[in-house]
Amino acid sequence: MLSRTADNLYWLSRYVERAEYLARILDATQRLSALPLAYVGTGNEWESAVLTAGCASSFFKHYETATEENVTDYLAFSTANPSSIRNCFEMARGNARAVRTALTGEMWDAINGTWLELKRFGNGPSSREETSRFLRWVQESSLRFDGSAYRTMLRNDAYWFSRLGVYMERADNTARILDVKYHLLLPDNERVGGPLDYFQWAAILRSVSALTSYHWVYRESLKPWLVADLLILKEEMPRSLASCYEAIVRNLDAIATYYGRQGPAQRQARGVRTRLQNSKMDGIFQRGLHEFIGEFITENNRLGLAITEQFLQ
Amino acid sequence: MGVAFDEMKGHDGEAIRPAYGELDRWLKEVPPDVLDYRRREAELIFRRIGITFAVYGEADATERLIPFDVIPRIMSADEWRRLEKGLTQRVNALNMFIKDVYGARDILRAGILPEDMVFRNPAFRPEMNGQTVPHDIYVHIAGIDIIRVDADTFYVLEDNARTPSGVSYMLENREIMMRLFPELFSRHRIAPVENYPDELLASLKSVAPLSTSKEPNVVLLTPGVYNSAYYEHSFLADKLGVELVEGRDLFVKDEVVYMRTTQGPQRVDVIYRRVDDDFIDPLAFRPDSILGVPGLMSAYGAGNVTLANAVGTGIADDKAIYSFMPDIVKFYLDEEPLLKNVPTWRCREPEHLSYVLDHLPELVVKEVHGSGGYGMLIGPSASKVAIEQFRAKLKSAPANFIAQPTLALSTSPTCVEAGVAPRHVDLRPFVLTGKKGVRIVPGGLTRVALKEGSLVVNSSQGGGTKDTWVLDK
Amino acid sequence: MRIRISHTTTYLYDAPPKTVTQVLRLTPRNHDGQYVVSWRIDLSVDCQLHQREGAFGNISHSFTAEGPFDELSILVEGEVDTQDTSGIVRGAVERFPPALYLRDTELTVADAAIIEFAEATRAKAGGDTLGLLHALMAGLNEDFAFDTEQTTVATTAAEAFKLKRGVCQDGTHIFIAAARHLGIPARYIGGHYCRTDDKGAQGAGHAWAEAYIDTLGWVGFDPTHGLSPTEAHVRVAVGLDYLGAAPVRGTRHGGGRETMNVSVRVAPTTWQAQSQSQS
Repeated sequence: MLSRTADNLYWLSRYVERAEYLARILDATQRLSALPLAYVGTGNEWESAVLTAGCASSFFKHYETATEENVTDYLAFSTANPSSIRNCFEMARGNARAVRTALTGEMWDAINGTWLELKRFGNGPSSREETSRFLRWVQESSLRFDGSAYRTMLRNDAYWFSRLGVYMERADNTARILDVKYHLLLPDNERVGGPLDYFQWAAILRSVSALTSYHWVYRESLKPWLVADLLILKEEMPRSLASCYEAIVRNLDAIATYYGRQGPAQRQARGVRTRLQNSKMDGIFQRGLHEFIGEFITENNRLGLAITEQFLQ
Repeated sequence: MGVAFDEMKGHDGEAIRPAYGELDRWLKEVPPDVLDYRRREAELIFRRIGITFAVYGEADATERLIPFDVIPRIMSADEWRRLEKGLTQRVNALNMFIKDVYGARDILRAGILPEDMVFRNPAFRPEMNGQTVPHDIYVHIAGIDIIRVDADTFYVLEDNARTPSGVSYMLENREIMMRLFPELFSRHRIAPVENYPDELLASLKSVAPLSTSKEPNVVLLTPGVYNSAYYEHSFLADKLGVELVEGRDLFVKDEVVYMRTTQGPQRVDVIYRRVDDDFIDPLAFRPDSILGVPGLMSAYGAGNVTLANAVGTGIADDKAIYSFMPDIVKFYLDEEPLLKNVPTWRCREPEHLSYVLDHLPELVVKEVHGSGGYGMLIGPSASKVAIEQFRAKLKSAPANFIAQPTLALSTSPTCVEAGVAPRHVDLRPFVLTGKKGVRIVPGGLTRVALKEGSLVVNSSQGGGTKDTWVLDK
Repeated sequence: MRIRISHTTTYLYDAPPKTVTQVLRLTPRNHDGQYVVSWRIDLSVDCQLHQREGAFGNISHSFTAEGPFDELSILVEGEVDTQDTSGIVRGAVERFPPALYLRDTELTVADAAIIEFAEATRAKAGGDTLGLLHALMAGLNEDFAFDTEQTTVATTAAEAFKLKRGVCQDGTHIFIAAARHLGIPARYIGGHYCRTDDKGAQGAGHAWAEAYIDTLGWVGFDPTHGLSPTEAHVRVAVGLDYLGAAPVRGTRHGGGRETMNVSVRVAPTTWQAQSQSQS
């Protein structure tokens, strides 16, 4: 398979996944900011949204303060933000168009249809209601694309590279939320407790669509260390770091078997997964949650580079 | 120019021509709104599958649909057989001509063509001089534009020997017609076109470098997603089952071409290239090209890769050279040309120029190196102002122009706002040449001028397409 | 005259490139008045050099060097024996009839100013082709200032003519454009010029033109020096313009910025130096 084709498939999935993640952040932030101040404190939730989206430095070049309007616009519709939802879909469709022959008709329909529908929203939703509708549409579009890929693609290298894109992006996104919000998840917070943090934890879980899962897994009220455990170590939780790495290793191994050889990407991925498997929450808290997340982000970036060098160029 | 010959009704007052008999009956049976409904359906399907093309010069229209007409254009088996013979002869002559101008140059020595028309022609590539190609085939894929003026007379309007496009429309048009009108197909026996990709792949493999020992690796080289024909490139790569590559996917090492794959470099033997000569190798041609493959011409020179079509084939489809085609056919094949050439005035010659200047309102004047219907004057439909503007252009650089009489292109029934009406059509059959000779899939791409009375069928100028049926009888 | 040529092209890279692909036209051939005694090309990076004769009869070498490396240098050196032939070139490899060299290229289009210059020169010089070509050369030599700062390899004849300054390549392009406009086949010659006054290294090779005269065949004209080539000129490559005869054309895949340095030493070999090299 052409390196460029693999590269396009990989980024196509990454951009779709990123669009969905941005929509979830906006959705969660909207809920949080709709609560009376007494429940959530005085922190600027919109600023925190920009941070978790990973585009704070470029955002503050355009705006002085973060407000609902400008953050929603910047993350969802801005053409100035290279990673806005709109640009993610544009780039996803651009990647798809460049490798149409490697996609199934259903995948093309899904992404091209999304791109065509995007125009319906013009320059962005004009009301909160419309924004909610837009965010729901983004999540549905991503699900539709993901589903079409999962249900229609041949199980060969094209499929595995496209899955790799999904899980690499997911791991990156989950790690970024943890990086920005880690302080809310420290065990000390148990003592502070109270409704204030409850809604913050719920928002975090909502950003990775894990609020309901939490209750099924732990059958407990929200506890910050359990939220951290769910997002980092629980393999059964689809957006946890452990689950992402289980999938990354599985897909890289499939490629290695198919090609009859393995390289730095496979070794790097297995290393990260092993560390996750051997970790316990207690130990992570002892050595420092923030340090742990920081290291993970570095290792994840290293894997991204290794994948690019080994296959995509 | 008289009243045009209609392919269904012949000249005025004649009976319906046999090939169209069944279609005529069907058109009378089918309620008009059904046609209209199917037309919309076709458009939806085309948009869904994303078959689009780009129009130059329109800022907001990078992707547009070519209008599709749901009424097929029909040829009888006899008509097709005659056309096929003529096309085969023509393309054989084109290949022999190209071999000669880059080799022995007999035709120049014989005085058939003026030397400067070859040597000073921008489409002539000195870099090809002395280059040999497998089986002496230069034009592997030709698109020969044919027009018809009466029941028996076909003219070649233009030879396209560089990177002719449009074959995806031929294939998609048939697919759509079979989906929309199964009953119409059951009432006819129509020669299939769906084997075109197979024929193309076989042709391409047959011209692999002679040194290729295993199964040749064929790729399709595209300028990329922003090219107007990108849809066709990806469509064909898919149907052929070959990689669709861009220049940056390929590299040359030790005079061998490789593609970058997820499993490391993989050797490439045949490149079906849809990138123009000028851009194909920045080390041999335009140094600023980022679409090509640096060093490709070295690998080509070493005989380690086949380019289809070969570099420099433009010399054979140049509009000034076109006027010599009857002589070219006779010179190489010692046969009378089976297809007519449209009489052509070469404005570079003073007597021709003065005739053209005196008769502008009745002539079609074309730029020698133009294509796609750009830079062209259609005398009979042009305004006085436009004619005078063109006159000035023509006088300042006469060698850049040729002129032809306005031919009454045949018409074919077409769906328009007001119902079914005759519209002018042309035909581009796709002629494949491989080691075993010429193969032509019956039919081709019929282009139709949708505006009443218009003779311009180019998609960039408001033309549409039709499915082309060759009856199998 | 025996001339010793040493021509080094060095590329320095900010970041190591993945691959470098180049085509070199650096190897002279024999003809009347020029005999290549010895010649070699040496690359600083291990890779294969592939030799081939190009369409115009030039000897070209191509290579792909795989990185990483911080520096790439191409050393070309050798000795050539020359005799003065009054600028007339005979016995050279000719792959095209003269008519081909009437072809316009992007770099050699004659614009209105060049056309005017050509026509005016013809009006003064009269009907003799050789006289006319000498007049063109003299006119250019007078009017045109040598200046390495104003033009680049992509400067066209028309642009350089407007500036009235440039390097040997620009003067040659203008000469070619004017000659072709007058219906005289003309071509670009890339090569070397052996200066007796200055033995130091030069930053580039030399270039001049050849024009076809029915009675004499190809004759050289060097607008930079205002004379026909002598035994001090070594012909290396023929083309329609600079691009076709360029000593090096190449591209790079990956890596940062590059800096290129050319150093050319062209000097007559003394008898002593010669005997040393033979011992």
